Amino acid sequence: MKDAVDTPETRSAGLKGMGCARKRVEDVRFTQGKGNYVDDIQLDGMLFGDFVRSPYAHARVISINAEAALALPGVVAVLTAADLAPLGLHWMPTLAGDKQMVLADGKVLFQGQEVAYVIAEDRYIAADAVELVEVEYEELPVVVDPFKALEPDAPILREDIAGNMEGAHGPRRHDNHIFTWEQGDKDATEAVLAEADVVAEEMIYYHRTHPCPLETCGCVASMDKVTGKLTLWGTFQAPHAVRTVAALISGIAEHNIRVISPDIGGGFGNKVGVYPGYVCSIVGSIVTGKPVKWIEDRMENLMSTAFARDYWMRGKIAATKEGKITGLWCHTTADHGGFDACADPTKFPAGFMNICTGSYDIPVAYLAVDGVYTNKAPGGVAYRCSFRVTEAAYFIERMIEVLAIKLNMDAAELRRINFIRADQFPYQSALGWEYDSGDYHTAWDKALKAVDYAGLRAEQAQRIEDFKAGKTRKLMGIGLTHFTEIVGAGPVKNCDILGLGMFDSCEIRIHPTGSAIARLGTISQGQGHATTFAQIIASEIGIPADDITLEEGDTDTAPYGLGTYGSRSTPVAGAATAMAARKIRAKAQMIAAYLLEVHDDDVEFDIDRFVVKGAPERFKTMKEIAFAAYNQAIPGLEPGLEAVSYYDPPNMTYPFGAYICVADVDVDTGEVGIRSFYALDDCGTRINPMIIEGQVHGGLTEALAIALGQEIAYDDMGNVKTGTLMDFFLPTAWETPNYTTDHTVTPSPHHPIGAKGVGESPNVGGVPAFSNAVHDAFRPFGLTQSHMPHDHWRVWQTANKLGLHG
Amino acid sequence: MSKHHYKITVNGKPRDVLAEPRELLIHTLREQLGVKGPHIGCETSHCGACTVDMNGKSVKACTVFVAQANGAEITTVEGLVNPDGSLGVIQEMFREHHGLQCGYCTPGMITRAHRLLQENPTPTEEEVRFGMAGNLCRCTGYQNIVKAILASADMLNAQKEAAE
Repeated sequence: MKDAVDTPETRSAGLKGMGCARKRVEDVRFTQGKGNYVDDIQLDGMLFGDFVRSPYAHARVISINAEAALALPGVVAVLTAADLAPLGLHWMPTLAGDKQMVLADGKVLFQGQEVAYVIAEDRYIAADAVELVEVEYEELPVVVDPFKALEPDAPILREDIAGNMEGAHGPRRHDNHIFTWEQGDKDATEAVLAEADVVAEEMIYYHRTHPCPLETCGCVASMDKVTGKLTLWGTFQAPHAVRTVAALISGIAEHNIRVISPDIGGGFGNKVGVYPGYVCSIVGSIVTGKPVKWIEDRMENLMSTAFARDYWMRGKIAATKEGKITGLWCHTTADHGGFDACADPTKFPAGFMNICTGSYDIPVAYLAVDGVYTNKAPGGVAYRCSFRVTEAAYFIERMIEVLAIKLNMDAAELRRINFIRADQFPYQSALGWEYDSGDYHTAWDKALKAVDYAGLRAEQAQRIEDFKAGKTRKLMGIGLTHFTEIVGAGPVKNCDILGLGMFDSCEIRIHPTGSAIARLGTISQGQGHATTFAQIIASEIGIPADDITLEEGDTDTAPYGLGTYGSRSTPVAGAATAMAARKIRAKAQMIAAYLLEVHDDDVEFDIDRFVVKGAPERFKTMKEIAFAAYNQAIPGLEPGLEAVSYYDPPNMTYPFGAYICVADVDVDTGEVGIRSFYALDDCGTRINPMIIEGQVHGGLTEALAIALGQEIAYDDMGNVKTGTLMDFFLPTAWETPNYTTDHTVTPSPHHPIGAKGVGESPNVGGVPAFSNAVHDAFRPFGLTQSHMPHDHWRVWQTANKLGLHG
Repeated sequence: MSKHHYKITVNGKPRDVLAEPRELLIHTLREQLGVKGPHIGCETSHCGACTVDMNGKSVKACTVFVAQANGAEITTVEGLVNPDGSLGVIQEMFREHHGLQCGYCTPGMITRAHRLLQENPTPTEEEVRFGMAGNLCRCTGYQNIVKAILASADMLNAQKEAAE
C-alpha cells in the first residue's frame, strides 16, 4: 500500500511552490508592528538632519545667514552649497545624464528646493533651527508652462548650462530645452496621414502626479571613522545602484560602503532616485563623526522628491473608413521640472514611450518627445510604471476612443479589428519593440462576455433616453481598455542606468539539512518577494518554500542587482532565481546518481527527489542529497550545494490585459461613482494568485486616484497647491470600489518559468479605463476629450460646457 | 523648552517619560518607549498610520502632544498580540486574507479595526469602509482589508458566543 502522505499530489502540495496561494511569510512581523523601516533605526548618538527649503519657485539666493540657528543649543552644523563645494558635492549627477543641485548653488529652480541642511541633536531642535536660518532671495520670473518655457524670450532657468547646446541626449534648441527623442518613420507616417480616409487628432494631457508611498523617503548615514566604512540605511528601491553612485560621487571606495534597504513602506517609483537628503546625511555623518538620520515629511515628499507623468501628447491617428488603423503620429512635450532627474534607462530619455502603438497592429508610426525645463520639482519617475508605459498606454487608449468617435464606431469593435493577432507573435512593432507573446482577442472576448457588454450598452442607451426625458441626472459611462505593458528591463545590450546593465541576480545556498537561504539583487516594497521567490525555488528544486529564507537589500551580502521597479523583479530576478535553482538541481542530479550508483542520465527529477528512471522506488530526496553534498566525498565534485545566477534577459516581457469600468456620472455634482470594475490580466505564468490579485487591487486603486483627482498642481507663481494629504487625493476605503479580477495565461516564451510580471499592469490599464468611462458618459453629448484628473469640479465644468445644466 | 514627567500606560504597562510638553505622542512612543508599531505617514492626521487606542478611542498619535496623553491608557498594535505571543484575531485575519502588502499602514489599520469592532461588533461592509476611512493604504486597494475585518468580526463573535 502506498503511504498516503507520499503521493505526488501531497509531496507537491507540501512544497507550496508556484501556483499556490501561499500566505505571506512577511505578515507575521508586519501585523504585530515588528517591521523594521528606516525610521525605526536608532543608533547611539544619532543626529537629525532637516532642510531649509525655498519658498520661491525661481529666485537668486543672495545670502544665507545661519548664525541664529547655530546659536541654538543642540544644533551641531548647518551645511550650505559653500560647504559642499570643496568636496565637489554641491551638485550631483541625475539618473538621466543631467546634474542636480544638492543644495542651492546661487539660485533655486522650484518651490521646496533644498537650500541648507541643518544637523541637530533631535528632530525638534532641527525643525526649530530650520526656522532660524535666514535666507535672502531675489525673485526671478517663473515658468511653469513647458510650452511657454520654449518661447524665444522665456527666462533662462538653467544658467549653469546656458549656451551649451549639446545635452546628454543630443542637441538642445533652446536654453530650456533638454532633448528631442525621435522614434519610427516620420516621412512614411506623415504620408499615410496625408492620404488616409480618416485622421483623428487630439491633445492628450497626462497630468503631473506623485507616487506618494505611505512611508516617505529617508536614510540613516553612519560613517565609522575607525574602520573607514560608511553604512547607509535608506528607502532605496535599488540599493546596489545607490552604493555604486555613492562611491562614484563621494570618492569612498565601493567596498567601504554598505547600503541597506530595510523594510520599505511602499515605493511605487518614489524611491528609485538619489535625493539631496541622502548626500547631505552622508556628508553630515562624515563631518560630525556621528550617525545622521534624515526623514522627509509628507509635504517635502510631495514637493520635492519624484513627481511622475506631466506629458502633453499631441496625437494623430489614421484609419480606413472601415476602421483599420493605418498610422500613428505623436508629439510629446515632456515637463521635467528644474533638473532632468527622470529615472529611465540611458538610451531611453522618454522611457518606453515608444510602446505607444499599444495592442494594435499599426503598420507605421512616428514619435517625437521634447524634454523641457520648468520651475517645478525634478523627478519624472515611473510611478507604478515601467518607464513611461503608463503615459503611452493612456495616449493610445484615448486615441482609440477619439478615433471611434470620428468613425462613429463602437470602441470595443474598433479595438478588436485592430488587435495584433495571436499568430503574429513574436510581433515587431513599428516603433521598434518585439512583443514576446499575446492572445488579445481571447482576452477581449472573455472580458466583454464577463461584463455582458451588449447588455451594458443597451442599459446605457436607455439611460440616455431617461436623462433626456428628465428622469435622471446621472449618465452612465463604459470605460474600455486593452493595454500592452513592456516590463522586465532589461536586456543589458540596450538597457542601463548610469552605465549599469539592467541584469539581476539570485544566490541560493542549500544547508546540509536541506533547508536554504536565497539572496537577490532586488528589494521588496510590499510585493511579497520573501513569499513568492521561495515558491519558485520550491518548484524548481523540491525544497519546501517554508524551509527557504529569502534576503534582499543588504549590499554586503546580496549579489549585485539593479533593484525593484518597472515590474522587473519577477521577469529578471525571478528568472535569475529559476536559473540559480537549476544549477543546483544539475549538481543534485550528479550527487543523486552517485548515491544511487547509476549514470547521471539514468536519474530524473520528480517534485522533491531524483528517481532512477523506470524504478521509482529507487530515489534520493533533496534532503538526502543536500546532506550528502556536505558530508560525503563525491569523486569529481566539490563539496557544498550553492549557486548564483546573474540573469540578462534576452527581451522584455509584454503582459497585457482587458479592463472594463462602469461608472455613473452625476452631471450636477460632478461626482463619478464606480459601479463595477472588471480586470482581466495576463501576466504569463502565475506564481502566487493571491499576491497577483492583491497587486491588481492596489494598482487599480492608484489608477482610480490618478484618473479621478490626484495631481501635483502649481499656480502661476510656481507654488505647489497640493502639498499635503488635504489636497493631494489618496482614496480611502470609502471611495474605493470592489474589483472583479480574472485572467488568461499566455506564458513568455523566453522567460525560464514563463512569468511576465504584474505589479504595474493595473495602473497602466486602470487609468485609461477610469478616464474612458468618464469620457464615454459624455460621448453622446459631444465630448471628445477632457483632461484628467476627472475630479468633481472638472466633471461639472465638462457637463456645463456641454449644456447639460439646462 | 523645559521637560516634564508624564505617566502613560502603554499596552498595560505603566511608563514614566520625561519630555517637552510639545513632543508628539507618536515620537514618545516610538523613540522613548521603543513602541515602533505605529508609524508616521503624513503628520496631518490624514493617513492614520500612527493610529493608537487612547482611553478607548482611536486617535492619531502624530497630532496628540504627550502632555495631552498624561494619565492615558494606550494600546498599540503590539498590545493586540495574544498573551502566548501568537497573533490576535484581527492580525491573523489580515494575514489570512492578504490584507497587507508593504505593512506600513498595517499597525494603524489593525488598531483602528480593533476599536471599530468594539464600537460595532457586527458591521456591514459599508460600515467597515466608512469606519476605516481615516486610515489610508497605498498598496491593497482596501478590498482585502475590508474582507479581513468582516472575517474578524465573525470570528470574534463566534468566540464570544462560545464563551457564553
